[in-house]
Amino acid sequence: MKLHLATAAAALTLAASAVSAQDVIRMGTEGAYPPYNFINDAGEVDGFEIELGNELCARAELECEWVTNEWDSIIPNLVSSNYDTIMAGMSITDERDEVIDFTQDYYPPTESAYVAASEDADWETGVVAAQATTIQAAHVAEGDAALLEFATPEETVAAVRNGEADAVFADYDFLKPVVESSGGELVFVGEPVPLGGGIGMGLRESDAELKDTFDEAITAMKEDGTLNEMLVKWFGDEIGQY
Amino acid sequence: MMPACTDPDALEGLAWLACYLTTGKHMAFYTSFGTVLLLLAITAPAALAFGFGGAVMARSRIAPVSWIGRTYIAIVRGVPDIAFFLFFVIALDQAFEWLRHQAKCPDWDQPIRQGNDFVVCAEAKLPLSTAPQWVHETYGFALAVLTFAIVFGAFAANVLYGAMRAVPRAQIETAEAYGMTERQTFRRILVPQMWVYALPGLSNLWMVLIKATPLLFLLGVRDIVYWARELGGTKTPQFTDYPHGDWRMWYFLALLVFYLAFTKVSEVVLARIMARLTKGQATAGGEAQRKAAA
Repeated sequence: MKLHLATAAAALTLAASAVSAQDVIRMGTEGAYPPYNFINDAGEVDGFEIELGNELCARAELECEWVTNEWDSIIPNLVSSNYDTIMAGMSITDERDEVIDFTQDYYPPTESAYVAASEDADWETGVVAAQATTIQAAHVAEGDAALLEFATPEETVAAVRNGEADAVFADYDFLKPVVESSGGELVFVGEPVPLGGGIGMGLRESDAELKDTFDEAITAMKEDGTLNEMLVKWFGDEIGQY
Repeated sequence: MMPACTDPDALEGLAWLACYLTTGKHMAFYTSFGTVLLLLAITAPAALAFGFGGAVMARSRIAPVSWIGRTYIAIVRGVPDIAFFLFFVIALDQAFEWLRHQAKCPDWDQPIRQGNDFVVCAEAKLPLSTAPQWVHETYGFALAVLTFAIVFGAFAANVLYGAMRAVPRAQIETAEAYGMTERQTFRRILVPQMWVYALPGLSNLWMVLIKATPLLFLLGVRDIVYWARELGGTKTPQFTDYPHGDWRMWYFLALLVFYLAFTKVSEVVLARIMARLTKGQATAGGEAQRKAAA
Protein backbone atom coordinates (compact mmCIF):
# COMPACT_ATOMS: atom_id res chain seq x y z
CA MET A 1 0.00 0.00 0.00
CA LYS A 2 2.25 2.77 1.15
CA LEU A 3 4.95 1.55 -1.16
CA HIS A 4 2.66 1.32 -4.12
CA LEU A 5 1.96 4.91 -3.33
CA ALA A 6 5.63 5.67 -2.87
CA THR A 7 6.55 4.40 -6.34
CA ALA A 8 3.62 6.09 -8.00
CA ALA A 9 4.43 9.31 -6.22
CA ALA A 10 8.13 9.13 -7.00
CA ALA A 11 7.29 8.73 -10.66
CA LEU A 12 5.02 11.77 -10.57
CA THR A 13 6.44 14.47 -8.36
CA LEU A 14 9.24 14.99 -5.90
CA ALA A 15 6.91 16.67 -3.49
CA ALA A 16 4.64 13.66 -3.26
CA SER A 17 7.52 11.28 -2.61
CA ALA A 18 8.71 13.57 0.17
CA VAL A 19 5.37 13.00 1.86
CA SER A 20 5.50 9.24 1.54
CA ALA A 21 9.08 9.16 2.81
CA GLN A 22 7.69 10.12 6.20
CA ASP A 23 5.58 7.01 6.27
CA VAL A 24 5.97 4.99 9.40
CA ILE A 25 6.47 1.24 9.15
CA ARG A 26 4.61 -0.41 12.00
CA MET A 27 6.44 -3.48 13.25
CA GLY A 28 4.35 -6.12 15.01
CA THR A 29 5.85 -8.34 17.71
CA GLU A 30 4.62 -10.47 20.59
CA GLY A 31 6.74 -9.11 23.44
CA ALA A 32 6.67 -12.35 25.41
CA TYR A 33 9.47 -14.51 23.99
CA PRO A 34 12.86 -13.61 25.46
CA PRO A 35 15.51 -13.29 24.16
CA TYR A 36 13.79 -12.76 20.79
CA ASN A 37 11.36 -10.13 22.00
CA PHE A 38 10.13 -9.17 25.44
CA ILE A 39 9.03 -6.24 27.58
CA ASN A 40 11.92 -4.88 29.65
CA ASP A 41 11.81 -3.36 33.14
CA ALA A 42 11.00 0.04 31.71
CA GLY A 43 7.89 -1.39 30.04
CA GLU A 44 9.35 -1.09 26.53
CA VAL A 45 9.87 -3.77 23.90
CA ASP A 46 13.39 -5.15 23.91
CA GLY A 47 15.32 -8.14 22.63
CA PHE A 48 17.23 -9.51 19.65
CA GLU A 49 14.49 -8.78 17.14
CA ILE A 50 13.93 -5.25 18.41
CA GLU A 51 17.62 -4.37 18.10
CA LEU A 52 17.79 -6.04 14.69
CA GLY A 53 14.56 -4.45 13.47
CA ASN A 54 15.70 -0.98 14.49
CA GLU A 55 19.03 -1.52 12.71
CA LEU A 56 17.26 -2.75 9.56
CA CYS A 57 15.01 0.29 9.58
CA ALA A 58 17.98 2.60 10.06
CA ARG A 59 19.76 1.01 7.09
CA ALA A 60 16.66 1.17 4.90
CA GLU A 61 16.07 4.75 6.07
CA LEU A 62 12.60 3.92 7.28
CA GLU A 63 10.88 5.24 10.35
CA CYS A 64 9.66 2.31 12.39
CA GLU A 65 7.36 1.92 15.34
CA TRP A 66 6.87 -1.22 17.44
CA VAL A 67 3.44 -2.63 18.20
CA THR A 68 2.71 -5.62 20.41
CA ASN A 69 0.00 -8.08 19.51
CA GLU A 70 -1.14 -11.38 20.95
CA TRP A 71 0.41 -14.35 19.14
CA ASP A 72 -2.97 -15.91 18.26
CA SER A 73 -4.11 -12.98 16.13
CA ILE A 74 -0.72 -11.77 14.92
CA ILE A 75 -1.17 -12.92 11.29
CA PRO A 76 -4.84 -11.79 10.87
CA ASN A 77 -3.88 -8.31 12.05
CA LEU A 78 -0.97 -8.18 9.60
CA VAL A 79 -3.06 -9.10 6.56
CA SER A 80 -5.68 -6.63 7.73
CA SER A 81 -2.97 -3.91 7.55
CA ASN A 82 -3.01 -3.02 11.25
CA TYR A 83 0.78 -3.21 11.11
CA ASP A 84 3.21 -3.90 8.30
CA THR A 85 5.70 -6.52 9.50
CA ILE A 86 5.96 -9.35 11.99
CA MET A 87 9.20 -9.96 13.87
CA ALA A 88 8.13 -12.32 16.59
CA GLY A 89 10.38 -15.37 16.43
CA MET A 90 8.15 -16.67 13.66
CA SER A 91 9.66 -19.63 11.85
CA ILE A 92 9.31 -19.74 8.10
CA THR A 93 6.93 -22.59 7.22
CA ASP A 94 5.02 -23.56 4.09
CA GLU A 95 1.64 -23.15 5.80
CA ARG A 96 2.41 -19.59 6.85
CA ASP A 97 4.00 -18.81 3.51
CA GLU A 98 0.65 -19.46 1.86
CA VAL A 99 -0.92 -16.64 3.85
CA ILE A 100 1.93 -14.14 4.21
CA ASP A 101 5.39 -13.59 2.74
CA PHE A 102 8.71 -13.94 4.52
CA THR A 103 12.03 -12.24 4.01
CA GLN A 104 15.12 -14.43 4.03
CA ASP A 105 15.86 -15.78 7.49
CA TYR A 106 17.64 -13.47 9.92
CA TYR A 107 18.03 -16.22 12.47
CA PRO A 108 19.31 -19.57 11.21
CA PRO A 109 17.26 -22.76 11.36
CA THR A 110 17.86 -24.15 14.84
CA GLU A 111 16.68 -26.92 17.02
CA SER A 112 13.69 -27.16 19.25
CA ALA A 113 14.11 -28.97 22.53
CA TYR A 114 12.21 -30.64 25.35
CA VAL A 115 12.53 -29.40 28.91
CA ALA A 116 11.17 -31.27 31.91
CA ALA A 117 11.37 -31.21 35.69
CA SER A 118 13.45 -34.39 35.83
CA GLU A 119 15.66 -36.49 33.54
CA ASP A 120 13.24 -39.42 33.45
CA ALA A 121 10.20 -37.40 32.43
CA ASP A 122 8.06 -39.01 29.75
CA TRP A 123 8.37 -36.54 26.90
CA GLU A 124 7.66 -39.14 24.24
CA THR A 125 4.20 -40.35 25.24
CA GLY A 126 3.30 -38.10 28.16
CA VAL A 127 1.72 -34.64 28.20
CA VAL A 128 3.79 -32.03 26.36
CA ALA A 129 3.11 -28.28 26.56
CA ALA A 130 3.65 -25.99 23.57
CA GLN A 131 2.49 -22.56 22.48
CA ALA A 132 -0.62 -22.69 20.28
CA THR A 133 -0.19 -22.36 16.50
CA THR A 134 3.57 -22.81 16.56
CA ILE A 135 5.68 -25.33 14.64
CA GLN A 136 6.44 -26.96 17.97
CA ALA A 137 2.73 -27.50 18.68
CA ALA A 138 2.31 -29.01 15.21
CA HIS A 139 5.28 -31.32 15.83
CA VAL A 140 3.94 -32.56 19.17
CA ALA A 141 0.49 -33.11 17.64
CA GLU A 142 2.03 -35.44 15.06
CA GLY A 143 3.83 -37.55 17.66
CA ASP A 144 2.59 -39.89 20.37
CA ALA A 145 2.57 -37.34 23.17
CA ALA A 146 -0.59 -35.55 24.26
CA LEU A 147 -0.41 -31.89 23.28
CA LEU A 148 -1.30 -29.22 25.82
CA GLU A 149 -1.52 -25.80 24.16
CA PHE A 150 -1.11 -22.40 25.80
CA ALA A 151 -1.51 -18.88 24.46
CA THR A 152 1.84 -17.60 25.75
CA PRO A 153 5.34 -19.15 26.01
CA GLU A 154 5.48 -18.32 29.73
CA GLU A 155 2.48 -20.53 30.44
CA THR A 156 4.03 -23.53 28.68
CA VAL A 157 7.02 -23.44 31.04
CA ALA A 158 4.79 -22.81 34.06
CA ALA A 159 2.80 -25.93 33.15
CA VAL A 160 5.94 -28.03 33.60
CA ARG A 161 6.85 -26.33 36.87
CA ASN A 162 3.45 -27.02 38.39
CA GLY A 163 3.27 -30.58 37.06
CA GLU A 164 0.43 -30.02 34.61
CA ALA A 165 2.65 -31.17 31.76
CA ASP A 166 5.50 -33.71 31.69
CA ALA A 167 7.60 -31.57 29.37
CA VAL A 168 7.58 -28.37 27.34
CA PHE A 169 8.64 -28.28 23.70
CA ALA A 170 9.92 -24.93 22.37
CA ASP A 171 12.82 -23.20 20.64
CA TYR A 172 16.12 -24.21 22.23
CA ASP A 173 17.21 -20.58 22.52
CA PHE A 174 14.06 -19.63 24.40
CA LEU A 175 14.44 -22.51 26.83
CA LYS A 176 18.18 -22.14 27.44
CA PRO A 177 18.03 -19.08 29.74
CA VAL A 178 15.00 -20.57 31.48
CA VAL A 179 16.87 -23.79 32.27
CA GLU A 180 20.07 -21.95 33.25
CA SER A 181 18.32 -19.76 35.77
CA SER A 182 16.10 -22.50 37.22
CA GLY A 183 18.87 -23.75 39.51
CA GLY A 184 18.55 -27.37 38.40
CA GLU A 185 14.78 -27.43 38.75
CA LEU A 186 14.38 -27.80 34.98
CA VAL A 187 16.54 -29.91 32.65
CA PHE A 188 16.74 -30.61 28.93
CA VAL A 189 15.49 -34.09 28.06
CA GLY A 190 15.53 -36.17 24.89
CA GLU A 191 17.16 -35.21 21.63
CA PRO A 192 16.82 -31.75 20.08
CA VAL A 193 14.66 -31.71 16.94
CA PRO A 194 15.54 -29.55 13.94
CA LEU A 195 12.36 -27.74 12.93
CA GLY A 196 11.39 -24.93 10.56
CA GLY A 197 13.34 -22.96 8.00
CA GLY A 198 14.79 -20.32 10.28
CA ILE A 199 13.08 -17.15 11.44
CA GLY A 200 12.19 -14.45 8.97
CA MET A 201 10.28 -11.21 8.93
CA GLY A 202 6.64 -11.68 7.93
CA LEU A 203 5.01 -9.26 5.50
CA ARG A 204 1.83 -9.02 3.48
CA GLU A 205 2.06 -10.77 0.11
CA SER A 206 1.03 -7.54 -1.58
CA ASP A 207 3.95 -5.68 -0.01
CA ALA A 208 6.67 -7.00 -2.31
CA GLU A 209 8.71 -3.80 -2.35
CA LEU A 210 8.90 -3.51 1.42
CA LYS A 211 9.99 -7.12 1.48
CA ASP A 212 12.78 -6.40 -1.03
CA THR A 213 13.91 -3.40 1.03
CA PHE A 214 14.25 -5.48 4.18
CA ASP A 215 15.78 -8.41 2.28
CA GLU A 216 18.49 -6.08 1.01
CA ALA A 217 19.17 -4.74 4.49
CA ILE A 218 19.36 -8.27 5.93
CA THR A 219 21.77 -9.34 3.19
CA ALA A 220 23.96 -6.34 3.93
CA MET A 221 23.99 -7.16 7.64
CA LYS A 222 24.86 -10.77 6.93
CA GLU A 223 27.73 -9.71 4.69
CA ASP A 224 29.36 -7.21 7.02
CA GLY A 225 29.04 -9.50 10.04
CA THR A 226 26.85 -7.23 12.15
CA LEU A 227 24.04 -9.78 12.19
CA ASN A 228 26.43 -12.43 13.56
CA GLU A 229 27.55 -10.04 16.30
CA MET A 230 23.95 -9.46 17.27
CA LEU A 231 23.17 -13.18 17.29
CA VAL A 232 26.14 -13.87 19.59
CA LYS A 233 25.20 -10.97 21.84
CA TRP A 234 21.68 -12.27 22.46
CA PHE A 235 22.06 -16.04 22.08
CA GLY A 236 25.66 -16.78 23.06
CA ASP A 237 28.53 -18.44 21.18
CA GLU A 238 26.64 -21.66 20.49
CA ILE A 239 24.31 -19.99 18.04
CA GLY A 240 24.61 -20.84 14.35
CA GLN A 241 25.99 -17.95 12.30
CA TYR A 242 25.89 -16.75 8.73
CA MET B 1 12.81 5.51 38.88
CA MET B 2 14.43 6.50 42.13
CA PRO B 3 18.20 7.01 41.97
CA ALA B 4 18.71 4.40 44.71
CA CYS B 5 17.44 1.75 42.32
CA THR B 6 20.44 1.79 39.98
CA ASP B 7 21.85 -1.45 41.36
CA PRO B 8 18.94 -3.71 42.36
CA ASP B 9 21.24 -6.71 43.03
CA ALA B 10 22.66 -4.94 46.07
CA LEU B 11 19.24 -4.21 47.51
CA GLU B 12 17.33 -6.40 49.89
CA GLY B 13 13.91 -6.74 51.43
CA LEU B 14 11.70 -3.69 51.37
CA ALA B 15 14.14 -1.49 49.46
CA TRP B 16 14.27 -4.08 46.68
CA LEU B 17 10.49 -4.38 46.70
CA ALA B 18 10.08 -0.61 46.58
CA CYS B 19 12.36 -0.40 43.55
CA TYR B 20 10.72 -3.42 41.94
CA LEU B 21 7.22 -2.00 42.33
CA THR B 22 8.22 1.33 40.78
CA THR B 23 9.77 0.08 37.52
CA GLY B 24 8.42 1.53 34.30
CA LYS B 25 6.67 -1.74 33.68
CA HIS B 26 4.81 -1.53 36.98
CA MET B 27 3.86 2.05 36.25
CA ALA B 28 2.27 0.80 33.03
CA PHE B 29 0.45 -1.81 35.13
CA TYR B 30 -0.93 0.88 37.47
CA THR B 31 -1.95 3.06 34.53
CA SER B 32 -3.88 0.15 33.04
CA PHE B 33 -6.23 0.25 36.03
CA GLY B 34 -7.15 3.72 34.84
CA THR B 35 -7.66 2.35 31.32
CA VAL B 36 -10.12 -0.24 32.62
CA LEU B 37 -12.02 2.31 34.71
CA LEU B 38 -12.15 4.73 31.78
CA LEU B 39 -13.44 1.97 29.53
CA LEU B 40 -16.21 1.18 32.00
CA ALA B 41 -17.06 4.86 32.45
CA ILE B 42 -17.53 5.33 28.70
CA THR B 43 -18.91 1.90 27.81
CA ALA B 44 -21.69 1.77 30.41
CA PRO B 45 -23.61 4.86 29.16
CA ALA B 46 -22.85 3.95 25.54
CA ALA B 47 -24.20 0.43 26.00
CA LEU B 48 -27.25 1.87 27.75
CA ALA B 49 -27.84 4.15 24.77
CA PHE B 50 -27.54 1.20 22.37
CA GLY B 51 -29.87 -0.77 24.61
CA PHE B 52 -32.43 1.99 24.78
CA GLY B 53 -32.34 2.43 21.02
CA GLY B 54 -32.62 -1.31 20.47
CA ALA B 55 -35.56 -1.62 22.86
CA VAL B 56 -37.44 1.31 21.35
CA MET B 57 -36.87 -0.08 17.87
CA ALA B 58 -37.91 -3.60 18.86
CA ARG B 59 -41.26 -2.40 20.21
CA SER B 60 -41.89 -0.05 17.30
CA ARG B 61 -45.18 -0.50 15.46
CA ILE B 62 -43.44 0.00 12.11
CA ALA B 63 -42.55 -3.56 11.11
CA PRO B 64 -39.12 -3.03 9.44
CA VAL B 65 -37.88 -0.92 12.37
CA SER B 66 -39.05 -3.56 14.78
CA TRP B 67 -37.27 -6.24 12.73
CA ILE B 68 -33.99 -4.32 12.87
CA GLY B 69 -34.25 -3.99 16.65
CA ARG B 70 -35.15 -7.63 17.14
CA THR B 71 -32.45 -8.85 14.74
CA TYR B 72 -29.81 -6.79 16.55
CA ILE B 73 -30.83 -8.25 19.91
CA ALA B 74 -31.06 -11.81 18.61
CA ILE B 75 -27.80 -11.89 16.67
CA VAL B 76 -25.55 -10.21 19.20
CA ARG B 77 -26.99 -12.16 22.11
CA GLY B 78 -26.52 -15.40 20.19
CA VAL B 79 -22.88 -15.00 19.11
CA PRO B 80 -20.20 -15.94 21.68
CA ASP B 81 -18.38 -12.88 23.03
CA ILE B 82 -14.94 -14.14 22.14
CA ALA B 83 -15.92 -14.84 18.52
CA PHE B 84 -17.48 -11.42 18.36
CA PHE B 85 -14.37 -9.74 19.73
CA LEU B 86 -11.97 -11.58 17.46
CA PHE B 87 -13.95 -11.30 14.25
CA PHE B 88 -16.09 -8.22 14.60
CA VAL B 89 -13.38 -5.73 15.46
CA ILE B 90 -11.26 -6.56 12.43
CA ALA B 91 -14.39 -6.44 10.26
CA LEU B 92 -15.43 -3.12 11.77
CA ASP B 93 -11.97 -1.64 11.22
CA GLN B 94 -11.97 -2.86 7.62
CA ALA B 95 -15.46 -1.47 7.05
CA PHE B 96 -14.35 1.99 8.20
CA GLU B 97 -11.25 1.86 6.01
CA TRP B 98 -13.27 0.62 3.05
CA LEU B 99 -15.68 3.56 3.37
CA ARG B 100 -12.82 6.05 3.64
CA HIS B 101 -11.12 4.39 0.69
CA GLN B 102 -14.22 4.83 -1.47
CA ALA B 103 -14.43 8.48 -0.50
CA LYS B 104 -10.78 9.47 -0.63
CA CYS B 105 -9.21 7.36 -3.36
CA PRO B 106 -11.62 7.11 -6.30
CA ASP B 107 -8.68 6.70 -8.71
CA TRP B 108 -7.28 3.62 -7.01
CA ASP B 109 -6.78 0.94 -9.64
CA GLN B 110 -5.79 -2.04 -7.52
CA PRO B 111 -8.13 -4.50 -5.83
CA ILE B 112 -8.67 -4.00 -2.10
CA ARG B 113 -8.67 -7.74 -1.52
CA GLN B 114 -5.38 -9.12 -2.78
CA GLY B 115 -5.45 -12.77 -1.80
CA ASN B 116 -5.55 -12.72 1.98
CA ASP B 117 -4.52 -9.10 2.17
CA PHE B 118 -6.77 -6.19 2.83
CA VAL B 119 -5.13 -3.19 1.20
CA VAL B 120 -6.52 0.33 1.01
CA CYS B 121 -4.74 3.49 -0.10
CA ALA B 122 -2.50 5.23 2.42
CA GLU B 123 -4.89 8.17 2.85
CA ALA B 124 -7.71 5.84 3.85
CA LYS B 125 -5.83 4.07 6.61
CA LEU B 126 -7.37 4.44 10.02
CA PRO B 127 -5.49 5.85 11.76
CA LEU B 128 -2.98 7.08 9.19
CA SER B 129 0.24 5.12 9.40
CA THR B 130 2.02 8.43 9.98
CA ALA B 131 -0.09 9.10 13.06
CA PRO B 132 1.74 8.97 16.40
CA GLN B 133 1.43 5.89 18.55
CA TRP B 134 -1.07 7.41 20.97
CA VAL B 135 -3.53 7.95 18.11
CA HIS B 136 -3.30 4.25 17.26
CA GLU B 137 -3.85 3.37 20.89
CA THR B 138 -6.80 5.72 21.22
CA TYR B 139 -8.31 4.29 18.05
CA GLY B 140 -7.92 0.76 19.39
CA PHE B 141 -9.52 1.86 22.63
CA ALA B 142 -12.42 3.50 20.77
CA LEU B 143 -12.99 0.30 18.77
CA ALA B 144 -13.02 -1.59 22.05
CA VAL B 145 -15.60 0.78 23.54
CA LEU B 146 -17.78 0.49 20.46
CA THR B 147 -17.59 -3.31 20.43
CA PHE B 148 -18.36 -3.56 24.14
CA ALA B 149 -21.24 -1.08 23.70
CA ILE B 150 -22.74 -3.09 20.85
CA VAL B 151 -22.44 -6.41 22.69
CA PHE B 152 -23.72 -5.20 26.04
CA GLY B 153 -26.22 -2.91 24.33
CA ALA B 154 -28.00 -5.96 22.95
CA PHE B 155 -28.39 -7.44 26.41
CA ALA B 156 -29.45 -4.07 27.80
CA ALA B 157 -31.99 -3.76 24.97
CA ASN B 158 -33.57 -7.02 26.00
CA VAL B 159 -33.71 -5.93 29.65
CA LEU B 160 -35.22 -2.55 28.78
CA TYR B 161 -37.68 -4.14 26.36
CA GLY B 162 -38.94 -6.33 29.16
CA ALA B 163 -38.96 -3.42 31.60
CA MET B 164 -41.10 -1.31 29.26
CA ARG B 165 -43.64 -4.10 29.07
CA ALA B 166 -43.59 -4.51 32.84
CA VAL B 167 -44.89 -1.00 33.56
CA PRO B 168 -48.49 -1.58 34.77
CA ARG B 169 -51.05 -1.13 32.02
CA ALA B 170 -53.18 0.94 34.43
CA GLN B 171 -50.49 3.65 34.50
CA ILE B 172 -50.55 3.97 30.71
CA GLU B 173 -54.35 3.97 30.60
CA THR B 174 -54.51 6.73 33.19
CA ALA B 175 -52.11 8.83 31.15
CA GLU B 176 -54.25 8.31 28.08
CA ALA B 177 -57.35 9.22 30.07
CA TYR B 178 -55.66 12.51 30.96
CA GLY B 179 -55.35 13.16 27.26
CA MET B 180 -51.60 12.69 26.88
CA THR B 181 -50.37 11.86 23.41
CA GLU B 182 -48.52 8.63 22.80
CA ARG B 183 -45.21 10.48 22.85
CA GLN B 184 -46.03 12.22 26.12
CA THR B 185 -47.10 8.93 27.68
CA PHE B 186 -43.79 7.39 26.63
CA ARG B 187 -41.68 10.23 27.99
CA ARG B 188 -43.59 11.09 31.17
CA ILE B 189 -44.99 7.75 32.28
CA LEU B 190 -43.34 4.79 30.62
CA VAL B 191 -39.65 5.73 30.69
CA PRO B 192 -39.53 7.11 34.26
CA GLN B 193 -41.33 4.03 35.57
CA MET B 194 -39.51 1.35 33.62
CA TRP B 195 -36.11 1.86 35.32
CA VAL B 196 -37.21 0.19 38.51
CA TYR B 197 -38.03 -2.94 36.53
CA ALA B 198 -34.86 -2.69 34.46
CA LEU B 199 -32.37 -2.09 37.26
CA PRO B 200 -31.92 -5.67 38.53
CA GLY B 201 -31.18 -6.81 34.97
CA LEU B 202 -28.97 -3.81 34.25
CA SER B 203 -27.01 -4.25 37.46
CA ASN B 204 -26.28 -7.84 36.43
CA LEU B 205 -25.00 -6.55 33.11
CA TRP B 206 -22.80 -4.00 34.87
CA MET B 207 -21.23 -6.74 36.98
CA VAL B 208 -20.63 -8.90 33.92
CA LEU B 209 -19.17 -5.92 32.08
CA ILE B 210 -16.68 -5.27 34.89
CA LYS B 211 -15.50 -8.83 34.66
CA ALA B 212 -15.45 -8.83 30.84
CA THR B 213 -12.81 -6.11 30.61
CA PRO B 214 -9.93 -8.61 30.19
CA LEU B 215 -11.31 -9.19 26.69
CA LEU B 216 -9.64 -5.85 25.99
CA PHE B 217 -6.36 -7.56 25.25
CA LEU B 218 -7.93 -9.37 22.33
CA LEU B 219 -8.36 -5.90 20.89
CA GLY B 220 -4.74 -4.94 21.42
CA VAL B 221 -5.39 -2.78 24.48
CA ARG B 222 -3.12 -3.78 27.34
CA ASP B 223 -5.34 -4.15 30.37
CA ILE B 224 -4.67 -5.16 33.97
CA VAL B 225 -4.86 -8.88 33.31
CA TYR B 226 -2.31 -8.64 30.50
CA TRP B 227 0.13 -6.77 32.74
CA ALA B 228 -0.50 -9.08 35.69
CA ARG B 229 0.31 -12.07 33.50
CA GLU B 230 3.34 -10.34 32.00
CA LEU B 231 4.72 -9.07 35.32
CA GLY B 232 3.97 -12.21 37.28
CA GLY B 233 5.61 -14.59 34.81
CA THR B 234 8.99 -16.06 35.69
CA LYS B 235 11.75 -13.56 35.05
CA THR B 236 15.22 -14.87 34.32
CA PRO B 237 18.21 -12.71 35.33
CA GLN B 238 19.41 -12.35 31.72
CA PHE B 239 16.58 -10.04 30.76
CA THR B 240 15.72 -8.08 33.87
CA ASP B 241 17.31 -6.45 36.90
CA TYR B 242 14.61 -7.97 39.07
CA PRO B 243 14.59 -11.74 38.48
CA HIS B 244 11.90 -13.71 40.29
CA GLY B 245 9.97 -16.96 40.03
CA ASP B 246 6.39 -17.50 39.01
CA TRP B 247 4.59 -14.74 40.89
CA ARG B 248 1.42 -14.76 38.84
CA MET B 249 -0.55 -15.97 41.84
CA TRP B 250 0.24 -12.78 43.78
CA TYR B 251 -0.58 -10.53 40.87
CA PHE B 252 -3.85 -12.30 40.22
CA LEU B 253 -4.60 -12.14 43.93
CA ALA B 254 -4.22 -8.37 43.70
CA LEU B 255 -6.60 -8.36 40.73
CA LEU B 256 -9.06 -10.48 42.69
CA VAL B 257 -9.04 -7.92 45.50
CA PHE B 258 -9.48 -5.11 42.98
CA TYR B 259 -12.42 -6.75 41.24
CA LEU B 260 -14.08 -7.75 44.51
CA ALA B 261 -13.70 -4.26 45.95
CA PHE B 262 -15.01 -2.73 42.75
CA THR B 263 -18.06 -4.99 42.53
CA LYS B 264 -18.76 -4.42 46.24
CA VAL B 265 -18.76 -0.65 45.74
CA SER B 266 -21.01 -1.18 42.72
CA GLU B 267 -23.45 -3.20 44.78
CA VAL B 268 -23.70 -0.47 47.41
CA VAL B 269 -24.26 2.23 44.79
CA LEU B 270 -26.79 0.14 42.88
CA ALA B 271 -28.72 -0.57 46.09
CA ARG B 272 -29.01 3.18 46.68
CA ILE B 273 -30.17 3.81 43.13
CA MET B 274 -32.74 1.07 43.52
CA ALA B 275 -34.07 2.65 46.72
CA ARG B 276 -34.39 6.00 44.98
CA LEU B 277 -36.08 4.55 41.88
CA THR B 278 -38.53 2.57 43.99
CA LYS B 279 -39.83 5.73 45.64
CA GLY B 280 -43.49 6.28 44.79
CA GLN B 281 -43.63 3.39 42.34
CA ALA B 282 -46.59 1.04 42.00
CA THR B 283 -44.43 -1.95 42.99
CA ALA B 284 -44.16 -4.10 46.09
CA GLY B 285 -40.90 -2.28 46.92
CA GLY B 286 -42.59 1.10 46.60
CA GLU B 287 -45.46 -0.07 48.79
CA ALA B 288 -43.01 -1.22 51.47
CA GLN B 289 -41.29 2.17 51.41
CA ARG B 290 -44.64 3.92 51.85
CA LYS B 291 -45.54 1.74 54.81
CA ALA B 292 -42.15 2.25 56.46
CA ALA B 293 -42.49 6.03 56.14
CA ALA B 294 -46.01 6.12 57.52
